[in-house]
Amino acid sequence: MAEAIQIHVNGDPRDVRADATVGDLLRELAIKKERVAVELNLEILDRKEFDQRSLKQGDRVEILSFIGGGAPLDVYGRGRGFVHAE
Amino acid sequence: MQNDPLTIAGRVFTSRLWVGTGKYKDFAETKKAIEASGADVVTVAVRRVNITDRSKENLLDYLDPKKYIILPNTAGCYNVEDALRYARLGRAAGVSDLIKLEVLGDERTLFPDTAGLIEAAKILVKEGFIVLPYTNDDPIVAQKLVDVGCPAIMPLAAPIGSGLGIRNPYNLKIIMEMVNVPIIVDAGVGTASDAAFAMELGADAVLMNTAIAGAKDPIAMAEAMKYAVYAGRLAYKAGRIPRKLYATASSPIEGML
Repeated sequence: MAEAIQIHVNGDPRDVRADATVGDLLRELAIKKERVAVELNLEILDRKEFDQRSLKQGDRVEILSFIGGGAPLDVYGRGRGFVHAE
Repeated sequence: MQNDPLTIAGRVFTSRLWVGTGKYKDFAETKKAIEASGADVVTVAVRRVNITDRSKENLLDYLDPKKYIILPNTAGCYNVEDALRYARLGRAAGVSDLIKLEVLGDERTLFPDTAGLIEAAKILVKEGFIVLPYTNDDPIVAQKLVDVGCPAIMPLAAPIGSGLGIRNPYNLKIIMEMVNVPIIVDAGVGTASDAAFAMELGADAVLMNTAIAGAKDPIAMAEAMKYAVYAGRLAYKAGRIPRKLYATASSPIEGML
């Protein structure tokens, strides 16, 4: 079994296999690659590169996708917060 | 709405009502409201995937990207650098070069930082993005955004989520007359008459989120907005009568006893 390394995924520490790629990480997390953008140490990766890019100790990975938006309240997590005039 | 498409940068949009996907109770409500609105463009935000709870559903399970044009935004960005980063991530996560560019200047009003907006727009246009900028109702800024390559302009009607309606119809009208690209009134609409008013002024489309998602019955309001945008568009094309101070009789005097 390959040695483990520690990386950060969306801000949280995580151990992965030393020879793991970005593609391996997404599969381990059960994330569909068609729906996400991945930033590796601030570099935005092309989906085609996911299986070629190996992870190294201390790498910072950000995985992002689309959420409901167009309104600022959920951006700050304040909920719906409406008051209806009666 | 039939046979009255909106074309921006060679892309054809069938609906003149565009909607945001935030603030709904759940994804089922989001889907129903968007269906009721008839919109074919939906805005989305770009955020971290929840990796600790993978059971959470994904918005795209409810909104088929083949059926809807997904328009990522840079909501929540308060400087050029962040807006560029989110725009690039939005493109990487999606399938198109469309971006609704927001560079905000103030948390309380969410008014845009128009200097930052123009700077960010210029860079993204050079990178091949189709930049739809959320801007103030300032005609000079609108023209500058067109000058840096924005194929449409999205001026606000009122602060985001405020529901105040069209606060400065005269400025919006000047923008419509001054710039030669489509104008999408974005933010501030409160109810159906606001949307109709924006379209009667000559807006090419209206984008809203809170007015629908925050209504007591979002699905019914989505339907109301669909008809309001349609009615406003028809009235604009039909050409309203001029306002006059005194009455003009509609019935002939001739033939009276």
